[in-house]
Amino acid sequence: MKTASGSLTCRIIPCLDVSAGRVVKGVRFKDLEDQGDPAETAARYDAQGADELVFLDITAAPEGRETDYDWVRRTAEQVFIPLTVGGGVRKVEDAARLLMAGADKVAINTAALERPDLLDGLARRFGSQCVVLSVDAQRRPAASPGGSAWWEVVTHGGRQARGLDALEWMRQGVERGAGEILLTSIDSDGTQAGYDLQLLRLASDQVGVPVIASGGAGTAEHLAEALRAGASAVLAASIFHRGTYTVGQVKDFLADQGFPMRRDDGVTTEAEKGKIR
Amino acid sequence: MSCSDMMNSASLTGRPVIEGDAASRGIVGDGQAVPTATVINAGVGNLGNLERALRFLGAETEITTDPDVVRRHRCLLLPGVGAFRPPRDNLRGAMEEALRQAIDDGAWLLGICVGYQILFEGGEEFGDSDGLGLLPGIVRRLPSNIILPHMGWNALHDEADHPLLRHIPRGSFVYFVHSFAPLDLTAEVSLAKATYGQPFDAIAGRGRVLGTQFHPEKSGRHGLQLLRNYLEMARCN
Repeated sequence: MKTASGSLTCRIIPCLDVSAGRVVKGVRFKDLEDQGDPAETAARYDAQGADELVFLDITAAPEGRETDYDWVRRTAEQVFIPLTVGGGVRKVEDAARLLMAGADKVAINTAALERPDLLDGLARRFGSQCVVLSVDAQRRPAASPGGSAWWEVVTHGGRQARGLDALEWMRQGVERGAGEILLTSIDSDGTQAGYDLQLLRLASDQVGVPVIASGGAGTAEHLAEALRAGASAVLAASIFHRGTYTVGQVKDFLADQGFPMRRDDGVTTEAEKGKIR
Repeated sequence: MSCSDMMNSASLTGRPVIEGDAASRGIVGDGQAVPTATVINAGVGNLGNLERALRFLGAETEITTDPDVVRRHRCLLLPGVGAFRPPRDNLRGAMEEALRQAIDDGAWLLGICVGYQILFEGGEEFGDSDGLGLLPGIVRRLPSNIILPHMGWNALHDEADHPLLRHIPRGSFVYFVHSFAPLDLTAEVSLAKATYGQPFDAIAGRGRVLGTQFHPEKSGRHGLQLLRNYLEMARCN
C-alpha cells in the first residue's frame, strides 16, 4: 500500500447539502430545513480553517433536473480553497459547466454507475484530479456461514441497490480515472455513531487514491478513528452545522492526537515539525 | 504613495470578505495605472478560479490566447493544471516568441503549477531540453513510492526573503496538485521548498520571472497574499 507520506495534512471537509440554491438539512432527503446561503456558509467554514468543501446538490439526482450553478459561481468568487460539487452531473458537458462556474472537482455517483465510461471521459478531458467518484455503500451479511460480509453499492440515499460490490466498483472507478473516492456508508450516515471503519480500512488499502470518509461522524474522536483507518480526509456535516464543533476545534483535537493538520496561521503542529525538515 | 506603503495597506488580515474586498479594490483605486493581469490560456485547465482570485484582489483581468496581447502586456500569468500532459505544445511558435519578447521588454511572468514547470530548462514530463529555459533547472517526477499526484495542503519551508513572500508567515500551508517538480534548484532561484517524499522547490524566481508549484488561487489567504504581492511587484517596477 502506498501512503501519502511526508507532511501532507489530513483534510477536514465540511459537507453542505444544497437544494434549489440553498444549504439544507434533512434526514435522507426528507424534511428539508433551510440552513442559509451556500456562499456565506462556505465563507464561514473557510474562516474556521476548512481544508476543502464538498457541496452535494441533493435536488439533482432524484428529480433528474439540471442544476443552476449560480451559487457555485458566487461561492468561488469569495472562497479560495478547493471546492467539490456533486449531484446532477450526467455527462462531460455538465462537469464542464460546473468547473467553469468555479468547482475544482466534480463528484459523480449515479451517472458513473449507469455509464462507467463517463469517468474515462472526465479524466481525459479535465484530468483525474478533477474527478471524485462518490460511492454510497451498504453492508451486506455474508452469503454463507463462515463467509465474510460485503458492501453493496446503493443509490438514491440507499433506496436502490445496484447489485455491485463496492470495493470492486471503487477499483474499477480508479482504473477509469477517478482521482479520489468519496465513500459514504449508508448504514452509518445520519447515525452520528462513527464511520464504518472496516469499510474504510479495506477501501484505503485497496483503491490506491485518497479516500474521503463520509457518514457517521458524531464526535471528533470519530474523525480520528477514520484517519487511523487510512482515510486521507474526513467529511462531516451535522457536527459542524449544528455547531457541536468548529473546524478549528476538530483540528486542535486531531493535532493533539498526532495527525498533521493545516493551520491557517502557518504554525505547524508538533506532529508535522518532525516530518518537514 | 510608495510601493511599500501600498503593500502594507494591502496586507491581508483575517478573511477579506467585504472589508478585504474593499481594501483590495483600494489598491487599484488610488489613481495609479493598474496593469491588466493577463492570464495566458495555453489550452489546458480551468482558468476561471485564477481569474476570480485576481479580481477579488482588485485586478482587471484578461484571459488570452493571442500572442499580440501577450506581447503588449506587462503582468502575465501562465497557469496550468497538474496530473495532465503539459500545455508545452500550445506554447510554441508565435505564443512562445511573444512571451519571450514581452519578458525581454520588461514584462513580469508568474507561472503556476504546470505553467511553473515549463519555465525551467526541461524535465521528464516534457523532454529534457524542451522547457522555456527562463529559469535554470530541471523538472523531475516525485518519488514513486508515495501516492501521486501530490494533492492537498502542505507546508512551505526554507523560504527566501523575497517580496513575493511578503506577509506570508513561514511554514504556511498551500494547496498542491502535481506529480512533477523541480527538485534541486540553486539557492539563486529557489524561493521556498516543500516536502513530499523528498524536498522540492515550491516557489522559484529570478528577476521578473517567478512561479509556484502550488495553486495560489486555491491556497486560502496566504495564496491570495502571494498573488497580491505579485500584482504589486508587476506594477511597482
